[in-house]
Amino acid sequence: MGEEEDASGRPIASRSSSWPVALVRRLLVLFVRIMVGARSEWRGCTPDPRRRIYFANHNSHVDTVAVMAALPWPVRRLTHPVAARDYWGTSAFRRFIAEKGLRAVLIDRKPLPESNPLEPVERLLEEGRSVLIFPEGTRSASEEIAPFRSGIYRLACRFPDVDLVPIHLDNLQRILPKGSWLIVPITCTARFGKPLRIEPGEAKDVFLARARAAVIELADGKHIA
Amino acid sequence: MSSFFSIVLAAILGLLAVASAIGFILQRRATEPGSVATVHNLNARIRSWWIMVAIFGGAILLGDTAVVVLFAFLSFMALREFWTLTPSRRGDHLALFLSFFVVLPVHYVLLGTLWYGLFAIFIPVYAFLILPAVATLTGDVNEFLARTARVQWGLMLTVYSISHAPALLMLQTGTPSALLLVYLVIVVQLSDVFQYVWGKLLGKHRFSPNISPSKTLEGLFGGGASAILVGTLLYRLTPFSPLQAAAVSTVIVVAGFFGGFVLSAIKRDLNAKDWGYVIEGHGGVLDRLDSITFAAPLFFHIVRYWYTT
Repeated sequence: MGEEEDASGRPIASRSSSWPVALVRRLLVLFVRIMVGARSEWRGCTPDPRRRIYFANHNSHVDTVAVMAALPWPVRRLTHPVAARDYWGTSAFRRFIAEKGLRAVLIDRKPLPESNPLEPVERLLEEGRSVLIFPEGTRSASEEIAPFRSGIYRLACRFPDVDLVPIHLDNLQRILPKGSWLIVPITCTARFGKPLRIEPGEAKDVFLARARAAVIELADGKHIA
Repeated sequence: MSSFFSIVLAAILGLLAVASAIGFILQRRATEPGSVATVHNLNARIRSWWIMVAIFGGAILLGDTAVVVLFAFLSFMALREFWTLTPSRRGDHLALFLSFFVVLPVHYVLLGTLWYGLFAIFIPVYAFLILPAVATLTGDVNEFLARTARVQWGLMLTVYSISHAPALLMLQTGTPSALLLVYLVIVVQLSDVFQYVWGKLLGKHRFSPNISPSKTLEGLFGGGASAILVGTLLYRLTPFSPLQAAAVSTVIVVAGFFGGFVLSAIKRDLNAKDWGYVIEGHGGVLDRLDSITFAAPLFFHIVRYWYTT
C-alpha cells in the first residue's frame, strides 16, 4: 500500500507503516505516558474501536498525544487526530511527528473558497475510521473553553449515525502552557463522556453549544464555562 | 546481610502468604455488596504489597545505588501526585519545572555521592530562596506567598523528607545501614497495616472524621502498640538495645501517624480522596509514603546523633 493522497495531491495519513515508524509511534506513546500520565477515565461510554468522532478541549501542544496515549491500542490504531496544517505542516520534523507518529490528518484552517477542508476527515470516516478533533480551533490561552467552530457541526450533519464522544482534558494548561516548551510532568486525565448525536433539524448554534456543554460538564466544575 | 535478616524476610513473605490465603477465603464468603467491596479492596492491597515487597526487597539486594534510584523515582511520583492535585498558576511553571528536573535530581545526586553537608541544606536553603526568585521573573504577584509555600512544601514533603529514608545508607553505625532502612520501612508500614486491621476489626470511635474518616481510636492504639512490639522484637536489625528499640519504634509510630494525618489534611483541603492511582487498593505513591515523610527524618536524626561511630 503506497502513500495515499487527497484531492489536492497531498498525502494523508498512511495506513500501513514500516517498523521504525511503528517504533517511533510506540516510543511517543510511552514518553507521553511517563511524562503526563495520560490516564483515561471512561464515564459515559466504554472503549470501542467502532467509528466515532472524538472531540476535546484544547489548550496545549500535548493534547493530541495525551488523548492518543489514553486510548487503548485497538482504538488508537483506528483513530486519526485532525491537526492544523499551518502548524504541524511547517517543518519536516513536525510533519513526521504528526503524520507518522500520530497518524494525524492535516487540514487547512483557512481554506481556499470553494474547497472543503474537511474532505480528508470525511474520507477517513467513510472508511470506518475514527477521528479526534479540537472544535475550539486553536489552543485557548486560559483554562476557559472557547466557543466551538462549525467543523464538528458539519461532520455531525454529514454522519448523523456516528457517535460524537466528548473528552475533557485536565491539567494540560499546567503541563505545557502556551508559549513554553518546558514540560512539567503533572498527571493528565482524559475523561470520556456520554456520546451525543445531532438531533433532526437541530440548529448549528444549538448543537455547538450542546457539544461544548458536554465537554464542560466533564470538567467537574474545575473551571468556569 | 545477617542471618537474622533472612529470618525477617521469610517472616514477611510468610505473613503475605497468610494474608493472601485469608483474602481468598473472605472472597468466597463475602455476599453483601458492602463486604464484597471491602474484601475486594483488601485483596487489591495484598496484591500490591507483594509487588511493593518485591520492588523494595529487590532494590535492597541490588545495593545502595539501586535503593537511591528507587527512592528518587518514588519522590518523582510523589511530587507529581502533589502537583496534580495542588493548584498552580502560569507564573509557577518554571519553578515547577526546576523542582522536577533540577532540584530533585541534584538532591538525590548529593545523597548518592554522600555529600551530607549540602544534602542537608540544598532544598531548605538554596531551593527555597532560588525558586521564589525565579517565580518573580514572570511578574505574577497573585497569591505570591501562598504559591511560594506550596512550591516549597511540595519539595519538602515529597523530596527532602522521603529522601531521609535512603539517607540512612550514609550512616556508619556498626550494623549494615541497609538494615536500618528495612527496619524503618517495616515499622512504619506495619503500623499502617495494623491500624487498618485493628480499625476494621474493632474500630468504633472515630478519631477525626473531618480529616481522616476511617481512622479510629481503637485502630490507632491497637495498631500503634502492635507496631511498637514488632519494632522492639526486631532490635537485632539495628544498633539499639531492646529498650532503645521500643523507644525508637514509638517515635517512628507517632511521627508516622502525624505524617499520614497531615497529608490527609492536605488531601481534604484539596478535595481529594487519594493522592493518585498507581498502587491498586492503596491510591497513589504518596498515600503509601505519607507516614514515611514524617518518620524518616526523625529516625535518621536519632540514628545519626546517637548511634553513628
